[in-house]
Amino acid sequence: MTDILRIGIDVGGTNTDAVLIQGGSVRHAVKTATTADVMGGILATLRRLLDESGTAGDAVGAVMIGTTHFTNAVVQRRGLARTAGIRISLPAARTLPAFVDWPADLRAVVAAPSHAVRGGYEVDGQPIAPFDADAVRAAARAIRADGTTAVAITGAFSPLNPDQEQRAAAILAEEWPDAQVTLSHELGRIGLLARENVSLLNAALVPMARRTVAAFADALAAVGIAAPLFITQNDGTVVQSDEAAAYPVRSFASGPTNSLRGAAFLSGLDRALVVDVGGTTSDVGSLVNGFPREANNVVEVGGVRTLFRMPDLLSIGLGGGTLCNPADPNDIGPVSVGFRLTERARVFGGPDLTTSDVAVAAGLVELGDRSRVADLDPAYVRAAIARIHAMIADAVDRMKSDAADIPLIAVGGGAFLVPDSLPGVSEVVRVPHQGVANALGAAIAQVSGEVDQIFRDLPREAAMARARELAEARAVRAGADRESLKLVEMEDIPLAYLPGNSLRVRARVVGDVA
Amino acid sequence: MHRPPFDLRERDLEDFATGAWILGTGGGGDPYFSMLEAKQHLAAGRRATVIDPLSLPDDALVACVGQMGAPLAKQEKLCDGDVIASTIPMMEEYLGRRFDAVMLWEVGGSNGFQAILAGLLLGLPIVDCDAMGRAFPQADMTTFAICDLPAYPWTMVDIRRNRILFTEAEDWSWMERMTRRACTVFGASAATCKAPRTGAEVKRATCLHTLSRGLSIGRTVRAAREAHADPIAAVVAAEGGMVLFRGKITDVMRRATEGWLRGRIAIEGLDADLGQTMAIDFQNEFSVAWRGDQVAATVPDLITLVDSASGDAIGTETVRYGQRVTVIALPAPAILTTPKGLKHVGPRAFGFDLDFHSVFAERPA
Repeated sequence: MTDILRIGIDVGGTNTDAVLIQGGSVRHAVKTATTADVMGGILATLRRLLDESGTAGDAVGAVMIGTTHFTNAVVQRRGLARTAGIRISLPAARTLPAFVDWPADLRAVVAAPSHAVRGGYEVDGQPIAPFDADAVRAAARAIRADGTTAVAITGAFSPLNPDQEQRAAAILAEEWPDAQVTLSHELGRIGLLARENVSLLNAALVPMARRTVAAFADALAAVGIAAPLFITQNDGTVVQSDEAAAYPVRSFASGPTNSLRGAAFLSGLDRALVVDVGGTTSDVGSLVNGFPREANNVVEVGGVRTLFRMPDLLSIGLGGGTLCNPADPNDIGPVSVGFRLTERARVFGGPDLTTSDVAVAAGLVELGDRSRVADLDPAYVRAAIARIHAMIADAVDRMKSDAADIPLIAVGGGAFLVPDSLPGVSEVVRVPHQGVANALGAAIAQVSGEVDQIFRDLPREAAMARARELAEARAVRAGADRESLKLVEMEDIPLAYLPGNSLRVRARVVGDVA
Repeated sequence: MHRPPFDLRERDLEDFATGAWILGTGGGGDPYFSMLEAKQHLAAGRRATVIDPLSLPDDALVACVGQMGAPLAKQEKLCDGDVIASTIPMMEEYLGRRFDAVMLWEVGGSNGFQAILAGLLLGLPIVDCDAMGRAFPQADMTTFAICDLPAYPWTMVDIRRNRILFTEAEDWSWMERMTRRACTVFGASAATCKAPRTGAEVKRATCLHTLSRGLSIGRTVRAAREAHADPIAAVVAAEGGMVLFRGKITDVMRRATEGWLRGRIAIEGLDADLGQTMAIDFQNEFSVAWRGDQVAATVPDLITLVDSASGDAIGTETVRYGQRVTVIALPAPAILTTPKGLKHVGPRAFGFDLDFHSVFAERPA
């Protein structure tokens, strides 16, 4: 890693964390409460980070921001734009219209009247039916009349041939210049319904993503930082902020990814389990070669089926703010006081008994006023702590994928709840700055290079090798260190309808910033 | 004693989708889309009543429906129940007689749902049996072909309502060749009503109670998940199957040819299989699994790839680099492993110069 000064910021639901790193070591870290006003919160965090570390804004070389705004918007069903789908597939896929498998509450917020038109491609590249430009034009006018500006266009087999999606977008631009259009072939692979879902979610998020990213940029400008702004992506890499604003769904899982990558960085371990204990949940993930192990198959976001590759995480309802039943030490959670810990918990003068209170009584951590939990029965405290430890041990065990003992890295504000020894765990690793692992994960995020193109008259192995070389060259151009490049994704689709031996190959590599 | 008829509920559709996908041995397409459509019909007040094949009168007339083509096509063209349903009145028109019930052509993958959709839309009872007991890529790989029943007539409809009636074929492989060619022209997918069957034929020449088997596998998976137990272990125990390999997908090679999806996946071992490799050949469905260069399992034993964590089946069209998978084997229905059965569905029928040795042969009865 080079000597440039980098700032990593994690904007979480409760806290906004920031770190300043240089040459692979942490220069300074701060934690502040997240504010409803995005810019204000980031600005306050940046000011503290720079002031406390005595750093001038213009000395900063890059800023990486990881945010849960976009996922939270979907999960909490707020800040989403009403969105219309245009599907180009008729007469295929007629009985399963856009939004068909969305949860009713999310559909109620997002779904505008959607349209299906004749067209799309068969698997062999011939048209399903002639592309119906007039129907697209009519759909565009109806969408405009409905007052919807967010539009997702999905054509059957568009990953093999994006032509009709692009033609539809051109017609939309003529009829409805203010429309904000997402094209499905830019976001997904084969699988019409999931690709359409992702495109609809993306379109619904773009207006908010633009505002959010603009607020981030304003905050940087206000503290005198002129360095490029990057946003972290699901796979632990970063992209420039304008691209992130156009494809917010690619940032969905960046929170957990950053946390796991930060844990790997802080511990120096690249094969370990990680438990991130927050205020409301504990998330257990697994690091393999320094990257989060990914979940297989279908991933749901806010109840919507997608084709994303996300870190494989197990979340349990146990965090530092989780409520404990004073009458039964085994009755813990899943309800949490969340960000209101400092007004609700007993050690802070509040009325509720939380896991943090029990941990203070047990002497595991110093928080607030210990005398406020002096009345707790030591037998109750022992039993409740045993229960908390058992819950964490069970979650850790369920995430283990091999029989050998493996280290467990404990991070997050509630890491004091993690016991010092667990079955199947070789050691519990506690690291400095563990409370800001997410921000660190953002700060050390890597650069990727991707290629997605058609190769003709090359044997499959040669085409794949060529795709990989091209992806690597792009990553290096974008600032990656060649020695650190790793292949993270490789997929090939034979294109039977094209002459010769045609293969579409997608390859993605990632590497450290040089 | 016959099993009493029963109606499929929404939860049954979900469980059958899980079970049918496992019985699909990688092929037949993800049942998810058809399940979504079936749920809509159920919600609209239509009924899916399942009846015991053994309760059929000998002279009952049973339609047998299925979707044919490459699973990859279905990933984009999804599902259209009225297209599959339309193959039945077309056949009735030709026969000059109405059907009494509809049976499954193939329980594995989404094809099991085609009979359910037709039953929902046409109000026909759904017979609890199929002609494969799993999924296979070809019409000549059925119990009907094994039992030498006629392969015709046969109706075929595509999404554009192009309609073909095949009135006669010399045998099942000719019917397969003709329909396959037509299916390819239609964009590697077509809805079909296969040769009609009498009640007597259904009772002696099908795999019985396979819809129930799919339902029961799905319920096993659901129960295991709800109990936070291992769904793969639960299915293997309940179905008398075995785990062949655990690992991570390191390569997927696929090519769409003649309306099929063919190819091979490579898996690198994890856990107990660390340091070993497995490769599995497929033609829509998984046909032969190789541990190193040794044969580990072949058709007609069911070779199914499941997600190591969730126990969900993974199809040949959706398997990807990096997935963590478990390969399991489930026993095939007895009719498939007879000498006559193996001529139709053994490894040689898939072009492999191998004899069939069941992975379950060594096991005491």
